[in-house]
Amino acid sequence: MDEPDTEPPLVVVPGADSSSRQLCFAWGPAEVLVCETLFGRAGGSRSRCLSRSPCPFRFWGKGRAGAAARALTDSVAGTEDGAPTSSRVFVVRRDQDIYIQTLRKLFNESHGIFMGLQRSEEELAGKSRKAQLVQVSKNYRSVIRACMEDMHQAAVSTRDPALQAQYSTQVSILSAMELIWNLCEILFVEAATAGPLLLRLLDWVRLHVCDVDSMVREVLSSESPSKHKLFWNVVDIFVLQGRMDEARHLLSKEASANPTSVNMYKILDDLMKKMPVPSLSNTQTLTELELKWQHWHEECQRYLQDGTFASNPHMESICKILLGDEDAILEKKELMTTWYHFLVTRLLYSHPTVKPMELRFYAQSSMDLFLGGESSPEPLDLILMAAFEFEMHQVIKECSIVLSNWWFVAHLTDLLDHCKLLQSHNLYFGSNMREFLLLEYASGLFSHHSLWQLGVDYFDHCPEYGRVYLELHIERIPLSTEQKALKVLRICEQRQMHEQVRSICKIMAMKALRNNRLGSALSWSIRAKDAAFATLISDRFLKDYCERGCFSDLDLIDNLGPSMLLSDRLTFLGKYREFHRLYGEKRFPEAARLLLTLMTAHIAPCSFWMTLLTDALPLLEQKEVIFSAEQTYELMRCLEDLTAGNSDKQKFQDDDIETTKVEMLRLALARNLARVIIKEGTVEGS
Amino acid sequence: EDVSAKFVSQKISRTRWRPLPAAALQPPDIFATGSWDNEDNRISIWSAGDLGNAGLNGEYHGEPHLLCDIQHNGDVMDMQFLDQERIVVASSTGTVTIFRHHQNNQTLSANHRWEKAHYHVDQDTSCGGAACTGVVCNNPEIVTVGEDGRINLFRADQKDAVRTIDNADSSTLHAVTFLRTTEILTVNSIGQLKIWDFRQQRNEPSQIFSLAGDRVPLHCVDRHPNQQHIVATGGQDGMLSIWDIRQGTMPVSLLNAHEAEMWEVHFHPSDPDHLFTCSEDGSLWHWDTSTNVSEKPSFLHQGGRSTAYLSHSTINQSVVSAWLSNDPTKDRMEITNLIPNQTLSVNSLDVLGPCLVYGTDAEAIYVNRQLFA
Repeated sequence: MDEPDTEPPLVVVPGADSSSRQLCFAWGPAEVLVCETLFGRAGGSRSRCLSRSPCPFRFWGKGRAGAAARALTDSVAGTEDGAPTSSRVFVVRRDQDIYIQTLRKLFNESHGIFMGLQRSEEELAGKSRKAQLVQVSKNYRSVIRACMEDMHQAAVSTRDPALQAQYSTQVSILSAMELIWNLCEILFVEAATAGPLLLRLLDWVRLHVCDVDSMVREVLSSESPSKHKLFWNVVDIFVLQGRMDEARHLLSKEASANPTSVNMYKILDDLMKKMPVPSLSNTQTLTELELKWQHWHEECQRYLQDGTFASNPHMESICKILLGDEDAILEKKELMTTWYHFLVTRLLYSHPTVKPMELRFYAQSSMDLFLGGESSPEPLDLILMAAFEFEMHQVIKECSIVLSNWWFVAHLTDLLDHCKLLQSHNLYFGSNMREFLLLEYASGLFSHHSLWQLGVDYFDHCPEYGRVYLELHIERIPLSTEQKALKVLRICEQRQMHEQVRSICKIMAMKALRNNRLGSALSWSIRAKDAAFATLISDRFLKDYCERGCFSDLDLIDNLGPSMLLSDRLTFLGKYREFHRLYGEKRFPEAARLLLTLMTAHIAPCSFWMTLLTDALPLLEQKEVIFSAEQTYELMRCLEDLTAGNSDKQKFQDDDIETTKVEMLRLALARNLARVIIKEGTVEGS
Repeated sequence: EDVSAKFVSQKISRTRWRPLPAAALQPPDIFATGSWDNEDNRISIWSAGDLGNAGLNGEYHGEPHLLCDIQHNGDVMDMQFLDQERIVVASSTGTVTIFRHHQNNQTLSANHRWEKAHYHVDQDTSCGGAACTGVVCNNPEIVTVGEDGRINLFRADQKDAVRTIDNADSSTLHAVTFLRTTEILTVNSIGQLKIWDFRQQRNEPSQIFSLAGDRVPLHCVDRHPNQQHIVATGGQDGMLSIWDIRQGTMPVSLLNAHEAEMWEVHFHPSDPDHLFTCSEDGSLWHWDTSTNVSEKPSFLHQGGRSTAYLSHSTINQSVVSAWLSNDPTKDRMEITNLIPNQTLSVNSLDVLGPCLVYGTDAEAIYVNRQLFA
């Protein structure tokens, strides 16, 4: 694992003509864009469209065994007329498995288990903790099995041969995953000790060699089972798997059909009945078991040597198997089908108290004996072998290479990590292996159109880089509807990702603005506390008002509340609208005071002062005097400030209208001043 | 457990029971689901299946099984049965479609479609559709609301909208429900509850209610089935608000509920002392005002479920309704979280008779057939 793999596998992009044109590409977090360039190829060398990935644990195509190149032309953009133009862009994704419908059940259901495991964090100690972890492991396996059944169902029910092949491949991958997981559960999670270890391994073999059941059914349903041609095969299988009761049951049928050799059956039956087996409870010690076993072994030996079974080769061979005779067991190679079945049978009859650490020797020799140099081990064999050797990292590495998805290694590694089995190991890049694999898996989920929500929780449980990954990925989620945006936003807000919150709100505000939904846009920028954008939108509102003479979206502006304080312009908008409301309600003195404050406190932008002063005109012309002398002076000063400031710039345009306005205002102010002086003088005088 | 689950490989945005025929005695069996955020979204019809009974083909019907489905363009934003056979579906593309479920041969087909019933700027441009966020039916009338702040009134048998209120709301309308035959209730993203009366020609709401203070967006609304003045809404902060629309402009009571957006709220249609809410935080709550804790044994105390009592503060009410009452001794509400360890959002729920169906972002649908057992 510490050195890079030798050759990255080639990925052929279907439809891209790499033989005559050079290809160019760009990296994304989960996919690569590839397109043909205008340049022809310089040499005649083989095309290699993708360079190796920068970190050694990524495998483009990930296909050494089973699945070949696994690039996926997911969508073809650009022209689709098939003409050899270079305007086609290919999206190459890895993790094609993510796109298989049935596997989504696996991803979703296991997500729940994963979260439960993270929550369970070490509140329990010792035995109960181990029981809990074993239960988690079993839950994962049952999800795999359920998924396998669904996939099998799909394979059976489909008529499309290509799909059927795909489903069947998936079924075999899933069943291999379950096989490996189960072994890891026995060896690593449960860490079964000598004695129970063998029982567990027997269960493991029985669970995964399932053709026997159909054979049994066939034999038992025949008229006279003992005459069936498969009869002895079935008995042998039972014996090889240590299913003594079932074997004896079958043998009794033969015995009743064959009264001449009844004595022989009795002896064999007795031997099989008496065979000592390890118990799961602590009632007997290993030494006791070994003693009993030794005794039983000698008894078998005696019967074999005195030729009790000589007349029946089938029974003789069974007796030899009971004695753990390797040649006799190997003769039944066809019935065992795999070397690990051979291994377990061999252990059962020659080393029932095998210790975990001794497994590696028996495993290696069993594989060598079984394969006998005829065939080389397949990837699955190597993985199982690594497990028997307790090379956990090797198991994970091999699985990463062989299996077509990250689901398996990510979840298995996480579970092993919770068993505190992986802590010493650090990679020379990134953080630890658990985190690395979880990150890969979650990134795969994020590249999927709808599975991204699952990815979030996985990133959450990657202490070192999870946050950064999440930040990078979450920004790339397309926000098609407000509802989806709200969901993404909730994810960011829960994790205090302020930068992302701002960016999402801004995107949504921009969208709303483009769609002329000023109210929505303002809501979004208020939510993001984005003052600059709020100012921009307030300006749009004010511009609309200047053009149309009335406000749009009153329900929103009247209802701003404390969010009005977000930006100065928004405050002005709110207050200006308040002025209109007061004016509409004929509360003139209050309206006048507010209008003046807007200018004197510099809440209103200078560009808007003329409008405000014009708004003051009708107030000045009211029958009653509204502005006091002091207020009138202030208004006059505002007007002078404005005209002084504008004198240079605005002289040329709108000259006439502007001057008329100013003249009218001055007149109105002067008249108001006159009236107010009289009024105030009168009031004070009286 | 009395809850059966099925993983369906698509994120579920809506689940709805098919209404029962008037004289039906059986519990509901058929429900519809809609998916969202898939490349290929679907409307599906399911049979909840009988508990423990073998079906016609001898298969075991313990979990929901698919009867038929049909592709749907865009996310399913909302969905409602118009009658026994027809479902009205609101799409994120702005289109509103009526699907017909042919029960004799178990197929679905599009029966009628209003393209871009909701749109931004210009209905005729190719990409101008705005998400239709809510739909409510009162056969033959259909009302839809959308992100464009528009309200449409359709009739199932008419090609064009009967009435359209453009720019009815300056913010996004999130949900709609009927108050009376001519009046509807809408909730929006600035915390307002509005009543619209279709008899009035003015394009203005006849009444506006709003949350005080923070203008928390409201996402769902439901009306008490018998006492029409009682309205429940759910907000972005997970708060449940109970309103009495006969008086005041503020909610009668605010009940702290979920930790994130409340996506749906439903009074039980025939037993309105019970209310159900579901949320982005992955919980589904059963609010029960019917039990007087001291005398009636609680049937909801089941293993591992968290049960809390909450007394809610209310403004003075004279009406004899548990939802509006403020008598502190009687005023006890039993609240049960029906999903203890869920992590992903529960987007939708529906209750009918003793049955509850809900769907989640974890791509699973759940049916509980013994809600009150």
